[in-house]
Amino acid sequence: MEAINVIEGEIAVLDRSDVDTDQIIPKQFLKRVERTGYGEFLFYDWVRDGEIVLEPHPILVSGRNFGSGSSREHAVWALHQFGFKAVIAPSFSDIFYSNSTKNGFLPVELSEDVCQALVEAGEAKIDLENQMVSWAGGEASFEIEAEIKRRLIGGLDDIALTLMDEEEIEAFESGPGGTYGPVTTSL
Amino acid sequence: MPKTMFEKIWEAHEVRENLLYIDLHLVHEVTSPQAFEGLRMTGRKLRRPDKTVATADHNVPTDGTPTAAMIKDALSRKQVETLEKNAADFGVPVYSLGSETQGIVHVIGPELGLTQPGMTIVCGDSHTSTHGAFGALAFGIGTSEVEHVMATQTLLQNLPRTMRINYSGTLAEGVTSKDLILATIGKLGTSGMTGYVVEYAGEAIEALTMEQRMTVCNMTIEGGGKAGMIAPDETTFEYMRGKAGVPENFDDAVERWRQLPTDEGATFDTEVEIDASRISPMVTWGTTPGMVIQVTDTVPDPEQMDSPADREAAIRALQYMGLDAGTPMEEIRPERVFIGSCTNSRISDLREAAGAIKGRKVADSVRAMVVPGSALVKAQAEDEGLDRIFSEAGFEWRGAGCSMCLGMNPDTLFDGERCASTSNRNFEGRQGKGGRTHLVSPTMATAAAIEGHFVDIRNWS
Ligand code: SF4
Repeated sequence: MEAINVIEGEIAVLDRSDVDTDQIIPKQFLKRVERTGYGEFLFYDWVRDGEIVLEPHPILVSGRNFGSGSSREHAVWALHQFGFKAVIAPSFSDIFYSNSTKNGFLPVELSEDVCQALVEAGEAKIDLENQMVSWAGGEASFEIEAEIKRRLIGGLDDIALTLMDEEEIEAFESGPGGTYGPVTTSL
Repeated sequence: MPKTMFEKIWEAHEVRENLLYIDLHLVHEVTSPQAFEGLRMTGRKLRRPDKTVATADHNVPTDGTPTAAMIKDALSRKQVETLEKNAADFGVPVYSLGSETQGIVHVIGPELGLTQPGMTIVCGDSHTSTHGAFGALAFGIGTSEVEHVMATQTLLQNLPRTMRINYSGTLAEGVTSKDLILATIGKLGTSGMTGYVVEYAGEAIEALTMEQRMTVCNMTIEGGGKAGMIAPDETTFEYMRGKAGVPENFDDAVERWRQLPTDEGATFDTEVEIDASRISPMVTWGTTPGMVIQVTDTVPDPEQMDSPADREAAIRALQYMGLDAGTPMEEIRPERVFIGSCTNSRISDLREAAGAIKGRKVADSVRAMVVPGSALVKAQAEDEGLDRIFSEAGFEWRGAGCSMCLGMNPDTLFDGERCASTSNRNFEGRQGKGGRTHLVSPTMATAAAIEGHFVDIRNWS
């Protein structure tokens, strides 16, 4: 995963709430078995119908409940591969937020008012280390879980980190914790 | 200290802080290929194939196509074939096209007895919350997390907040668990449950059958919730008894499961009270599941809405849906009807829908289809003669799959078509580009198919 720390530059605006992952990347593009090649299909229907025009600036600002709906990580891949490095919104769906952080794509939660100020400013700087967003005329701090931040800044691979503790997993499995649930291979 | 059901399950699965052991990993063809590829690229094994099961559902044509190789759409074919190959390479059992137990992932888990109380269950699919109806902690994950579970059988998780929704009273005649969850989302909003694991409780929930409970938990994600749960009880145990995957010492297991329900005095971060007896049959009018009203209402007027964000969203939604404020919902005329999806495609949903037909016919203006959630549901329905009831009334009877819930297969709406659908999402383009979706219960969908417009099922003879 690509490490991130400071993201700086122009802002693209998508002035809508409840932007769902079905819109971010419509289902016909989920049939691919690769991880790349989604950027050109970002917001396919809205772009094709001329409803929105988006520039691949580093930062996207949008409305509340961004990334709701389906768990498709393709939505994050599409945003990232299109050129965005961060998305700022008043709120995110849980799965979208988590998917973003697994891909070195930064979701930043800030109030409606701050989002409005950012839209007006047109440019901003996100400093992940210090959890600050600044723009001409203002700044605001944002929350992020410490462990997620550490992994984003280090560009760390979750699976490799977990496997370093494989013995703990083995110990858990050989205890009562390993006894729940069916054996799928014996059906 | 008294504990919630969620806390009991969470604590029993903590390998260490923030690392949760996963008892069952459900896999489907859309969100898994990149994860399998990741394992290959890093030379990692799939740690526990015996806790993993795969099925093909999203891409599957419902016209009886017997094998993956015969899927006409080249990309769909490749995706299903890739699933079959990945499952074979990594030793994972797979129920693909032609299998007796193929079906929508959230239908087959419970029906095969794989879904059990007290378990942690994940799947690269947001409607994994469905399985919480058994008193399991079940939630959707992204593809990176799918790969993490494949490689480690664990998941990194922060402790979520907890919410309990208490439903007092019982549902009125003609009002279903679909109406209950739609009304709940209408009240709390599409992000009202964001960050929460939600326990549904109270008299109205206890009175529901297992399949009705699954409908409720299924749509937790539409309210933004991470997982939905319902305490296991006699209804749960009776439903599970005799199913293929349940523990051999079933009665011993039941004794353990009886310890799961939330203790008296346990606290939740948030509690919500809803009077179930006041819930009416619901229909969505807009493009999020929160845009929902009673069938007896009229299409809302955006100008009457307080928040500018709500107003703008409503204006857009009405434009997309081709509706005018003030139109009575009962005057809206769907041209398509879809009975299916992981929300409402189980045998009891089909029985209810078929039972409402009573010899009548689908209106000439409507094309209606019924899509069983799994091959087993299909076989059962055919045994009971439901397929004939549907066919004689003019409904198309299809093979098992996600079908028109998301239009990733040949079943889609055309531009501008209006559909009464028993699925869970009415997003723009969800059922096909330009398609207009109204979410309803199976009986409401049946009535709309026959009358050619929405009707209040309570007054429909
Ligand atoms: S039926 Fe619909 S919501 Fe359910 S798993 Fe399939 S596509 Fe997803």
